[in-house]
Amino acid sequence: MIESVSLPILLPLALFIAVSGVSLPLMVERYGRKAAAIAAGAVMALCLASLAPLFSSAISGQTVIAHFDWLPSFGLNLSFRLDGLGMLFSILILGIGILVVLYAHYYLPEDDKLGRFYALLLLFMSAMLGVVLSENLLMMVVFWEVTSLSSFLLIAYKSASHESRIAARMALVVTGAGGLAFLAGVLLLGHVVGSYELTDVIAAATQIKADPLYPTILTLVLLGAFTKSAQFPFHFWLPNAMVAPTPVSAYLHSATMVKAGVFLLARFYPVLSGTDAWLFSVSAVGGITLVYGAYLAMYRNDFKGLLAYSTISHLGLTTLLFGLSTPMSVVAAVFHIINHAIFKASLFMAAGIIDHECGSRDMRRVNGLFKMMPITATLAMLAAGSMAGVPLLNGFLSKEMFFTESIVFQGFGNSHWILPIFATIAGVLAVAYSVRFIHDVFFNGEPVDLPRQPHEPPRWMRVPVEVLVVLCLLVGIFPAWSVGALLASATGATLQSPLPVYDLKIWHGFNLAFLMSLIALAGGVGLYMMRSTLMRWNDQLPTISSRTFFERAYQNLAAYAEKILLIMDNGSLQRYMAVFFLFVFIYGAWAFISGDSMVNAVSLLPLDIASGIAFFALALGALGAVFMHHRRLLSIVLVGIVGLVVALIFVRFSAPDLALTQLSVEVVTTVLMLLALHYLPQSTPKESSKTRVSRDVLLALGIGLGMAFVSFELLTSSFSTISDFYLQQSVPGGGGSNVVNVILVDFRGFDTLGEITVLAMAALGTHALLNQLHLMQPMSDIAGQLWAEDAHPLFLKMLMRPLLPLALAVAVYIFLRGHNLPGGGFVAGLVTGVALILQSLAGGFAFAEDRLPKSYPPILGLGLAMAAGVGLISWFFVRPFLTSAHGHIEIPLVGDIELASVIIFDLGVYLVVVATVLLILTELGRINMKGARV
Amino acid sequence: MEAILAIAIGLLFGCGVYLMLRARTFPVIIGLTLMSYAVNLFLFASGRLMVNAPPIISADVARYTDPIPQALVLTAIVIGFGMTAYIVTLALRGLSESGDDHVDMLEKSTDQASNQLPKRNL
Repeated sequence: MIESVSLPILLPLALFIAVSGVSLPLMVERYGRKAAAIAAGAVMALCLASLAPLFSSAISGQTVIAHFDWLPSFGLNLSFRLDGLGMLFSILILGIGILVVLYAHYYLPEDDKLGRFYALLLLFMSAMLGVVLSENLLMMVVFWEVTSLSSFLLIAYKSASHESRIAARMALVVTGAGGLAFLAGVLLLGHVVGSYELTDVIAAATQIKADPLYPTILTLVLLGAFTKSAQFPFHFWLPNAMVAPTPVSAYLHSATMVKAGVFLLARFYPVLSGTDAWLFSVSAVGGITLVYGAYLAMYRNDFKGLLAYSTISHLGLTTLLFGLSTPMSVVAAVFHIINHAIFKASLFMAAGIIDHECGSRDMRRVNGLFKMMPITATLAMLAAGSMAGVPLLNGFLSKEMFFTESIVFQGFGNSHWILPIFATIAGVLAVAYSVRFIHDVFFNGEPVDLPRQPHEPPRWMRVPVEVLVVLCLLVGIFPAWSVGALLASATGATLQSPLPVYDLKIWHGFNLAFLMSLIALAGGVGLYMMRSTLMRWNDQLPTISSRTFFERAYQNLAAYAEKILLIMDNGSLQRYMAVFFLFVFIYGAWAFISGDSMVNAVSLLPLDIASGIAFFALALGALGAVFMHHRRLLSIVLVGIVGLVVALIFVRFSAPDLALTQLSVEVVTTVLMLLALHYLPQSTPKESSKTRVSRDVLLALGIGLGMAFVSFELLTSSFSTISDFYLQQSVPGGGGSNVVNVILVDFRGFDTLGEITVLAMAALGTHALLNQLHLMQPMSDIAGQLWAEDAHPLFLKMLMRPLLPLALAVAVYIFLRGHNLPGGGFVAGLVTGVALILQSLAGGFAFAEDRLPKSYPPILGLGLAMAAGVGLISWFFVRPFLTSAHGHIEIPLVGDIELASVIIFDLGVYLVVVATVLLILTELGRINMKGARV
Repeated sequence: MEAILAIAIGLLFGCGVYLMLRARTFPVIIGLTLMSYAVNLFLFASGRLMVNAPPIISADVARYTDPIPQALVLTAIVIGFGMTAYIVTLALRGLSESGDDHVDMLEKSTDQASNQLPKRNL
């Protein structure tokens, strides 16, 4: 059939629907709570519908696999698997999920829009589906972690409550840590097997069990399973997680997420079981959890807490059954997974209804509800009967299987009697707490001081409970007809071997197992009768709270982490800077010392007097700026000297373009600094300690000396350059004889485009920072003298006016000749900027404001668009981005101009530079105007 | 000649580092300016030093200095200006937000008890 070829694609499709549906409730919540609920339900139903066509192959024992390579070299593939076990869990996840969606719509308060709730629920559902449908183990780990994360978010759903946040954190830490152990286990498995595909891992089971890493793998995988399934001693997070809204407790903490742990046991059963290590560790942990959970459940006064401990106990039972690792015990384990999910979800929902109606969950106050809500009471009693293992209900059947298995099990040798006794004790306790739940809540006199008058809930709120209780009865009375096929295929997939012979029916005759059931029922009722004596006795016991232990450990760890953090990150930028420089020095010195010296006897240039004087000026400026940095105005002047010497160095060593650029930038920077200094304090306080100063001097000396050595090595080593290409191609290829400019606008035009973009971003950044900035306008200078009233002397004003056209003419000239002689867009832009800024300085910013563009960002944009646009044009001629074309043009007076298409590119550069300079300086000036005499 | 340029670069780096380690914004800005001079000179020096050999192609000249470091440094100078401007406005903004010009933007705690650690701003 054609369909069967394409069927596996439905697997990833179902997950895709789930994941992409996550945000749907959020999008539709504006149409009301109902819309959000319908959206969530529809997503789940759609997932179920897309998986359903595969179920027939799973029932017939086939494994459907959909495989897509993703990162095959890492063993990470998108591969999905649906077998009987995956099918069982998918049905539980999606079936109970739909019921929970319906239930939550009525349970959560009216003012909750529900979008967030359903989105989180769907996120969890997708992750859970991912876990059970993963063929690739790495993918399974990722989904596994997402279940922990989404569970965290759901437990903390009432995020305003401190209690919720603590509980959510605890669940996350415990299950998250288990998840990491699981990941480590999976990595080791992949290491041993050489593949992360489940099929390969199962096929290599014998090899794994013989491997020396087997004990480690087993421990790590079991840690993942036990933390998730709340097994002793990791059980404490589950009762605390009951602060979550009840739909969450019903879904995550009884039916699905905590089942992920036992799912893992089932998944890895064919891989890891069959050894003594598995038998003893899994059955011991399961057995202890079974009895311990049941014992504690009996003493809870909060009925939701009772259910939580009962869940722990039932998970322990399932774990114990997997631990016994006989084919029959696995049948019982899988069967109990189904039964527990059904009756416990319905019990939680019923408990939620009672809580919702009464406003309390305390069984010392919530009494006698049978009269007020008989239908809900009947449903809850049936479900609780199933929990206790009463015949005709589904819980009875799997418990009976467990009892039978405990009798026939021979794995413990001479101590085989221990298991039936253990099982009976657990049965007695389960009956006792179930009876307590039924009797205390629905009978036992009258309600005590309830906040609300309870009555039956809205019709549709009860429907999910009704559906589940009907299932309890159906499975309990017609087991083979209702779940026979599902159970058989799920067990087959777990065992990966032929099924044992078993008979799913209610009555197996009057045998030892039935006797144990009778003892459990009678003993449980008896235990409940003696409850007051028992409670008194229990109260005398020292309380060992693993929760307190956990909290203390957690707090200590957090305090320790905080301490370490404070050492590394105390919030001081000064310290970061020092650490940064220290490492720069260490790395630099290490590279310098360990590398080969490159000094070749390259002929050095002779030192001349002019250079000596220039060096002297530079040293004076730099050292002066350091020694007199407390006097800020002076240090600006000194830095200016350094800048001028740098420009001279460029002149001396054949870099006229750089000299021009440096000179104009120097002017702009000085204006900028002076403007800023106007607002900043005029001097720097002397506050550094002696040690701080000597530390900084050492760092400065180290880096300075190091850089001097490196520079000298660099300057004296021989090298081969790639620039011959540019020198040869500049005129024929780029149409310009100024190689630097041709490189900028043509050969490396793309770099330049990037650079002017950075420049534009810096300008926009300052634009944003200066927005809404208000600073105090100082009235006097450092010496206390008032600023001169005449801010704009007439002389300067008169001198500057005629200078403007001259300066602009120079800028145009520099721009046009730039392709052949020193100049170009950068320099011309700076010259223009300086010329216009000088007008502002002379005439005042208000004067310039009236004559200059109001807003510069559009000019920045225009410049960038021109530069990029001219590059795009070359695409129309099927040439690479920024290909240039050129030709000559004769302009009178200016001379022969090489008119290349790059001149438009250069014009873009020019505009960006002008706009940047003007934007920064005029906006700084504008604060001046705001603060000044208004 | 190479030696004094190397010393000059080292000197500028040293002065820049020292000033960047100061506690107030203004010396840090000055230090940054000095350091960008140093970095530009260093990049420029990677083309080696040549006198009277500008990279302007002309028929009767056979020797040119390396143009690539020059192109690199030219844009570096302009971007350096953009960066300085950004730092300067950052300093002004910091001044208006915290009321003083300390680089750590220490919040002045109103109660004397909790002043052993600076409060985090992030």
